[in-house]
Amino acid sequence: MHHRVIDQWSRGVSPLHALSAGVKLAALLGILIAISAAPTYPTIITASGLLTIAAMVSGLPFTGLLSRAAFVLPFTAIFALLTWWSGDPERALLLVAKSFLSGFAAVLFAATTPLAAWTNTLRRCRFPSTLVTVIEFLYRYLFVVAQQAETMRWAARGRGGFRFDAAGGAVGALFARSWQRADGIHRAMLARGFQGTPK
Amino acid sequence: MTRVVDVRGLRYRYADGTQALNGIDFHLDAGECVALFGANGSGKTTFVLHLNGLLEGEGHIEVCGLPLSRATADQIRAKVGLVFQDSDDQLFMPTVLEDVAFGPRNLGLAPPETETRARLALEQVGMTHAIQKAPYHLSAGEKRRVAIAGVLAMQPEILILDEPTTSLDPPAQRDLAELLANLPQAKLLVTHDTQFAEALATRAVFFERGRVAGEGSVDDIIHRFHWQAHSPRSVSLDRRSAK
Repeated sequence: MHHRVIDQWSRGVSPLHALSAGVKLAALLGILIAISAAPTYPTIITASGLLTIAAMVSGLPFTGLLSRAAFVLPFTAIFALLTWWSGDPERALLLVAKSFLSGFAAVLFAATTPLAAWTNTLRRCRFPSTLVTVIEFLYRYLFVVAQQAETMRWAARGRGGFRFDAAGGAVGALFARSWQRADGIHRAMLARGFQGTPK
Repeated sequence: MTRVVDVRGLRYRYADGTQALNGIDFHLDAGECVALFGANGSGKTTFVLHLNGLLEGEGHIEVCGLPLSRATADQIRAKVGLVFQDSDDQLFMPTVLEDVAFGPRNLGLAPPETETRARLALEQVGMTHAIQKAPYHLSAGEKRRVAIAGVLAMQPEILILDEPTTSLDPPAQRDLAELLANLPQAKLLVTHDTQFAEALATRAVFFERGRVAGEGSVDDIIHRFHWQAHSPRSVSLDRRSAK
C-alpha cells in the first residue's frame, strides 16, 4: 500500500533515524519557527541547505520526499497567486518556499521517526495525554481509512472506472464507513474497560 | 458445573424499530465451549454485545454471579473478553505491546504489571516477535492473535469470539483452533464455520429471528438446521449424479 511508505521509511536505518526523537522534534520546531518568523531569502536558503543535508544523511529517496512535501502546494498556491496579482511577486515566492520547506521538514521528520518514538517524547514533555492519544488514533486510522478508500477505488475501477459525478457519493460512502469504523473502535475500547480518559 | 453466564428473557430493539432479540434464554458453564449459529441478522452479534454490557436490553443477565447493570458493567467487562469480528476495530494503539497493555491499563494496574501481563498474553498467542511492530503491519492471522492477546491480558473468565475465522487462511484457522483449544476459559464462538465449531465446541445454539430455535450437540444442530455449506465440488458432483 503506497500510504504505508512514510511509516516504512520511519523504520529505516541511518544516522538520522538513530538520532533521538526529542532532538529531531526540537530541530523540526526550530526550523519551522525560523522559517515562519523570518521568511527572508537567507533563512530560506540556509533551511533548504540544512534540510537537503539531512535528507541525504537519511538515505531516503529525495524525489519521494519532495513529491510528498509538494502536497501542501495546492493549498498555498491560491494565496501565492492572489499575492502575486496584488503586485508583490517576491512575497508570493517566499510564501510558496516557506510552506514547501515546512512540509518538507515535517515529512522528513515523520519519515525518520516512528510514531511511537515521538509520541512517547511528547508524553515525557508533559504534553496533554488526551491530545497525544488523539494523535496516535488519528495516525493509526489514517491507514485504515486510506485502505478503505483504496478498496473502494479498486471496486469502482473493477466496475468500469471512477466517474467524476460519482465522487460525491463515494466520499459520502467513505464518511459513512469511517463513522461505522469509529463506532466499532469505541465499542472495542469500552469492551476493554475504557472509561473515557486514557490511563 | 459452575454457571458463568445466565441469560433469561433477553429482548432488544434497535432505534430503527428492528426487534433484534426476542426473549433469549441462554447459559454457559465454566470451561465449556459453545458455538452460536444462525443466519446473518439473526441476532448473534447483538446478543454477545449484551454479555459485555455494550448494549442494554430488557431481561436478566448474570455473569460470574454478578447481575449485569450499569453499576457492574466495568467489573463484568474485566471478566468477559470480547474479540471482535474485524481486528482493525480492536487494534488501535501504535505498537502491539501498547495495544495489548490497553486493557490492563484500564483496569488500573501498575505499569510493570501491565507490561508483564501484556508480554505473557503475547507469549500465549505466540506473538512475542511482533511486540514493537505496528498493528497495521501484521497479517490478518497475526492481527487476530494480537486481538485475542489484548483480551487475554485482562485475564477474563469468559472468552467471546465473533466470527473468529473470517479472512483467515486455512493454516491460520488451524493455528487459531489449536490456540483456543488450549485456553482454559469458557468460550462462546459466534461463527458460520461449522468445521471450526466442530473442532472446538461441545454444544451449539441456533439463533433464528432473535430467538433460540434449537440447542444440542454441534453435529445435531448442523443436521437439524441443514447448516452445512456445500463446496462447489460437491454441488457439481450432485449435478453429475442427477444426470
